[in-house]
Amino acid sequence: MFRKKVDTVHEALEGIQSGMTLMLGGFGLCGIPENLIRALAESSHKDFCCISANAGVDDFGLGLLFGAQKVKKMIGSYVGENEEFERQMLAKEIEVILTPMGTLAEKCRAAQMGIPAFFTPAGYGTEVAEGKEIREFNGKNYLLEMAYASDFSLVKAWKGDESGNLIFRGTARNFNPLMCGASTITVAEVEELVPTGSLDPNQIHTPGIFVDRIFQVSRYEKRIERRTVQNT
Amino acid sequence: MGLTKNQIAKRIAQELQSGYYVNLGIGIPTLVANYVPEGIEIAFQSENGILGMGPFPMPGEEDPDLINAGKQTITPQLGASYFDSSISFGMIRGKHIDLTVLGAMDLVASSDNIIVAMMHTNPKGESKLRTECTLPLTGVRCVKRIVTDLAVLDVTKEGFLIKERAKGVDIEEIKRFTQGKLIIPDEIPEIQV
Repeated sequence: MFRKKVDTVHEALEGIQSGMTLMLGGFGLCGIPENLIRALAESSHKDFCCISANAGVDDFGLGLLFGAQKVKKMIGSYVGENEEFERQMLAKEIEVILTPMGTLAEKCRAAQMGIPAFFTPAGYGTEVAEGKEIREFNGKNYLLEMAYASDFSLVKAWKGDESGNLIFRGTARNFNPLMCGASTITVAEVEELVPTGSLDPNQIHTPGIFVDRIFQVSRYEKRIERRTVQNT
Repeated sequence: MGLTKNQIAKRIAQELQSGYYVNLGIGIPTLVANYVPEGIEIAFQSENGILGMGPFPMPGEEDPDLINAGKQTITPQLGASYFDSSISFGMIRGKHIDLTVLGAMDLVASSDNIIVAMMHTNPKGESKLRTECTLPLTGVRCVKRIVTDLAVLDVTKEGFLIKERAKGVDIEEIKRFTQGKLIIPDEIPEIQV
């Protein structure tokens, strides 16, 4: 199969330019491409449009991009827990578009699957529906949502092989598989990268055709946002 | 007086039926999982991608790859499954989930059975049950039942129908703290929690 493996995060991000639109996987801090984000924050590029469910926390995840003033527009679903983001939003330094989470997922998936637009009931009758086409099906109203158009998808998987096949773990899957192949270039960072043929084809979540570059990171912080345990 | 947040959760747990797939929102709804009546089998869905959510982990067994929608660490139940966000919201939008206790916009757009858990008033003491919403809407006419610290109310076309009242709370108090139109039946039983 085709070899998608790259050796460094810099190779993985080759071609990224200021002003590009990026999809970033993860829910909260779970399943985020933490190394790609860190490299972007340290890069000289800026003015990104970021599509991601959340905005990270001040000192981790997508928060690093806001801290480094790299974002000009944020498209997300829930954007709490990040003071610098809040400051930039209220100061109108960044544009923020809030999208229902299921709609955000589907707008990624539509881009991945070659569907230009779709009707959904979410947001009908609310600010989300403003300026969008409404159509009635079987007595219920739906609004037309467009697929995203994006330059780079940055995702995180648990395991992958050199052909780009991916396996996710637990709830770290979330938006990651939907963003693969939804941008011009898809980059996956994985905890374990194995030679082609080492993974059971039955267990692959995302086929390698949706992934352009894959690289292994040996050290992960995988920060927990709300450590909650049983009372003992 | 009125109910505590835990008592609101306990009252909502009485609505659970065996075999229900249930999505719990963040806040008071999360507490509902603590009060599943004995003998009732429920599968909890968390919209970040798990069906069959179990209890919080024991100390030292937290897994950063396993969280709920409130970003708390969790464990899976036997028979649990993980999936991506498109499948997760498809479960909700496609009406496969039997009951939603509060929740995000996608949840409210498509569930037939939504219960809201909330305090009757905001911290300033102003009614949160209103004739018209003053905050931006996330859904339109989607809620079936509301359980507050003061009462259980059904949302009808005519107004909020009082079904039960909290122990020690009289109708005058509910009226005083409800800005929206109330429908008051002759007999209103006490909430049993």
